[in-house]
Formats: sequence, structure tokens, C-alpha cells
Amino acid sequence: MKAIFKHELSLYSHGLLAYVFGAFLLEFIGLGAMLYNINRAVANFEYALGSFCIGFIALVPLLTMRVVAEEKKQKTDQLLSLLPITSTDIVLGKYFAMALVFIAPMLVACVYPFIFSLYGDVYLPSAYGALIAFVFLGLALISIGMFISSLTESQGMAAGLCVAAMLLCYYASSLADQISGKFVNVVVLLVLGGLLALLANKLTASGLAGGTVFALCAAAVAAVGMAKPSLLESAVPTLMKTLSPFERFYTFVNGVFDVTGIVYYISVAVFFLFLCVQCWEKKRYNG
Amino acid sequence: MIAVEHLTKRYGSFTAVDDISFTLEQGHIYGFLGPNGAGKSTTMNMMTGCLAATAGSVTIDGLDIFEQAREAKKLLGYLPEIPPLYPEQTPEEYLRFVAEAKGLPKAQIDAQVAKALAETRLEPMANRLIRHLSKGYRQRVGIAQALLGDPHYIILDEPTVGLDPLQIIEIRDLIHELGQTHTVILSSHILSEVQAICESVLIIAHGKLVAFDTPQNLENRLTSGGRLTLSADCSAEALHRILAAVPAVCDCRLLTAEEGRCKAQLEITGDAAEACRALFFAFAKAETAILQLTPEKADLENIFIELTDAQPDGKEPRHESDL
Repeated sequence: MKAIFKHELSLYSHGLLAYVFGAFLLEFIGLGAMLYNINRAVANFEYALGSFCIGFIALVPLLTMRVVAEEKKQKTDQLLSLLPITSTDIVLGKYFAMALVFIAPMLVACVYPFIFSLYGDVYLPSAYGALIAFVFLGLALISIGMFISSLTESQGMAAGLCVAAMLLCYYASSLADQISGKFVNVVVLLVLGGLLALLANKLTASGLAGGTVFALCAAAVAAVGMAKPSLLESAVPTLMKTLSPFERFYTFVNGVFDVTGIVYYISVAVFFLFLCVQCWEKKRYNG
Repeated sequence: MIAVEHLTKRYGSFTAVDDISFTLEQGHIYGFLGPNGAGKSTTMNMMTGCLAATAGSVTIDGLDIFEQAREAKKLLGYLPEIPPLYPEQTPEEYLRFVAEAKGLPKAQIDAQVAKALAETRLEPMANRLIRHLSKGYRQRVGIAQALLGDPHYIILDEPTVGLDPLQIIEIRDLIHELGQTHTVILSSHILSEVQAICESVLIIAHGKLVAFDTPQNLENRLTSGGRLTLSADCSAEALHRILAAVPAVCDCRLLTAEEGRCKAQLEITGDAAEACRALFFAFAKAETAILQLTPEKADLENIFIELTDAQPDGKEPRHESDL
């Protein structure tokens, strides 16, 4: 894993990507800080972070689009497969390198609340709590982007899919409000089940696995419908609000350090990294 | 020793590699021959652990490539068909990364990288970006990464494909040198290349191993019951008259006939040596001098076409003892 980590960092140091990513990240945060904290003289740095969240829609695809897709395109994934290292080492090495590229500029942003505190009354625990949550949110989103990159050989396709996924995460709460009525909820749940089945099919190259996942999803919807029909009235909005990483971050912006939110971000990262490893292993089995 | 046993790879209903078994001993250069799509690369990918097998096993010095991958892969160096290179790195950086990933001790990395660069004569290019190197040099970088860690076995998948004639000669010389210190397994569909470099040849067609022997033995196989080239001090009519008395000759094709000398290609049945003996006595009886009498050997190209043209018939591969 260490060799892959160092190698990835060396690749980042050769290209512009890491520098562009860091510059935009700091620019977005700086812009938020200027608008909220300086121009409006608001002491809460967490508001600046809350307003910047939308920047992840562009920055996460920028950082993650090439990470696995480019290896597949250049056939260098074959080199990694023949080295005496495991798929987990490869995925974690790449992920931690991206995490460092993300965290390094965030260390600069850590100075902002301290600077503001020199000129006013800033509640530092709340500001740093939001910063920590912001880092975990970013790490969770990066794992999603990395997984999407492992599904394709094309950087462009990876970037496009990642933007779509980030938009869905960001607007999940607003979209959820548009979904009402039992019938619409059931249809949306079945569509989500279908997407999960497609994913299972892609990961295992087995129609049976995809079919089983869809059947399980449909059975779960039917079971809920029979046991507690009222749950289906608002199942999708509740699900989307619960799963939206951005929605959970606003709790931190409001000054509450929600440990379950941090656990959720770690769970998302672990889940998508696990899927990445499965994608990598799948290539070994299916060529 | 690399032992491949009943190796099979299926993609749905398509069988890319069908129940292949063979053993490769240390200290030889083996050639892996077959037409495009025969299953050479698939077999090599499975031998190196890059691709999982549907059935069968591959053991490298007793270590299973799938079960004990980490240990087994340390004994192998592999150059895939397309060298897996990072264009934005220099050869030295690239080799340093591969050396670290192969788990070489830190103290040995500098020496190993320098040795690999020297063996592949890459030192002048060590600090240029790989994207600026020619195809031949890129191939050398690919071979250099396979050499890191002093593996017992070096597997090269079509190492000369796409190179110009000069680069092909350079890479062949390099493989020859490597063969003196390592076991080299080389895949190619260029027969002359395999004939020039390899001590033993494995021919694969339609996913099956159809022959495994030395190029010399494979050539000798088709010598008997083949053709003879005859040159004699006589006219064409006299030649036909003498040949009529030799039952082993079933056909005669006149190549040249001028100034009382003629040259012909004879189709013979049975043992070539026996036919030569009968011809000698027939010409001696007619008091005609034989100027040349040469059994025509089948070259590797003919053997290759004969073995790989046949449709898959489920027959067992012909091993050394059968040939």
C-alpha cells in the first residue's frame, strides 16, 4: 500500500491536477469566508463551509475521474495486478493519496477561524467541529467518486457520472420534497431497486445476482407495504434525507457536533472502497 | 519449475483456454507460439496471476499462483503485450516504484534499479520522461521492470511486436542474454523469432496445446514420408525411366533440365532413408551420377500451419514423447 501511495503522490506532483484542485478548494472556502465572515462580519466560519459544499459537485469529479479509469485505459492496471500486492492495498493506496491531496489545502483553511478569532468573538469549537466534519464529508464523497471511476475506462464518462451522483447527493433533500403519494414512492423505490440490481450485475457480471438484488428490493417494498402501508407514503423522502451526506453536514454547520454523522461518513467511505476492491477483483476474474 | 495443470478459462460459453497442461524447467528459453486469438496471452495472464482461471492450477516452484499469490509473484517477472508504463514518469522513477511494490528491501532498491537499467541498456534514457521514449526503449523499460527482484522466471508476451527490424534484433539479443541467467518464456506469432531464440516450443491453437518440443524435433517430425530434391547427370527422359524402377517414388516434378543435367522434386512414400537407398542403387545400375539427393525438411512454418490450421478436435496435445 505504501508503494502505491507514494507512487500516486508522485503522479500528482508531476501533473497540475492536485495543484488545481487545492487552488479551487481554497478559493471556494476563501470566497465563502470573505462573503460571510468579512463582508457581513459574521463570526461563524462554519457558514462559509456550509455555503461552499456545492463546490464538491465540481471538485470531487476533478480529483477522482482519472484515479482508476486512467489505469484501465493505459493498461497499467495489469502491472498493479501482477505485483505482489493485494487489491485492497491498491485501492487504499490510491484513496489515501487522494485524501492527502484533499487534506493538505484543508490544513491551510484551518488557520482561518484562528485568524478571525484575533479580530472578533469566534466560537472556535463549533468552527473546528464543522471543519472536521467537512473533511469527513469530502473523504466520503471522494470514495464515491473513486468507485465511479473504477466502473469505466473513460475519464470523461467517470467525471460525468460523478457530477450526476454529486448533484443527486446535493439536491436529494429538495428532490425528496417533490415525491409524495404511495404510488410514486413505490415506483421510485422500485427504480432505485433496479439501479442497485444493475450495479450488482456490473460488479459480479452475473444476471442472477442482479435479478436476486431486484427481487429482494421488490420483496422488501411489498413487505413494508403489507406490514405498515403508511410508511410508503413518505418512504423515499425519508430515505433520501437520511442518506444525503450534505444534509447531515448542515447539522455541523448549525453548531452541533453529530458523532453519528462522522460515523455515517466513515461508513460511506468504507462501503464504496469495498465496492472499489470488488470492481478491481472482478477484472481479475472477467478479464 | 512452472507446472501448469488442466488450466481452463471460459468467458460464458466461449472457452479461451481449454485444459492445458505442461511443465517448464529452469534454465531454458521457451517459445509460446500460436496465431492471434489462440489463447497465448490469456494463458500467460493466468500463469502470472493477473487473471483467475476457471479451472486448473499454476504452481511456481511449488507455490500456487492463486492461493499463495504474494510469494509466487515474487518469483515471476512479466512483460504484458502492451508494456504497462506511466508516461509521465521517467524510467528510473517507474522502476523505483515497481521495486518498492515488489517488496524489495530499501537498501537493495538503488542497486536493483541500476542493474535493471544496465541490463536493458537504458542508462542514457533513465531520466527522460517515458512519453518521450521510442517504442523500442519503452519495451526495454517494460522488460526492466520484469527483471527487478531477480525473478527466476521472466515471461514476455510478444516483446518485439510493433518494433522496427533494428529494434527487433536488439530485443532478441537482450532476450538471448537474459536466457543465460533466467528461465525465459516468450510468446510470439513470429516463427523465425522463436526458431532463432527458443530451445523449446509450445504451440497453442484454439485454446489447446497442440505441440511441445524443440524446434529441431518438430522439424524432424515431418521429414520422413515427405519430399526429396534430386539432381542427376542425365536427361529428363532418362530420369523418368530410372525413377519408374523405384516404387517408393510416387511423383516427380521436374524443376530444371539443361545441358544433360536435371533437377527434380520427388514425392516419396515410406521412410526417407529407405527411398534414398533405393534411388542410389537405381541410378548406380543405370550408371548415372547423382549430384544431389536431399530430404526436404519441413520448416517450423509448415509445422505451425499444419498444427494450428486444424479445427479443434478434442485430441490430447502431442508431447515430446509422442513426436
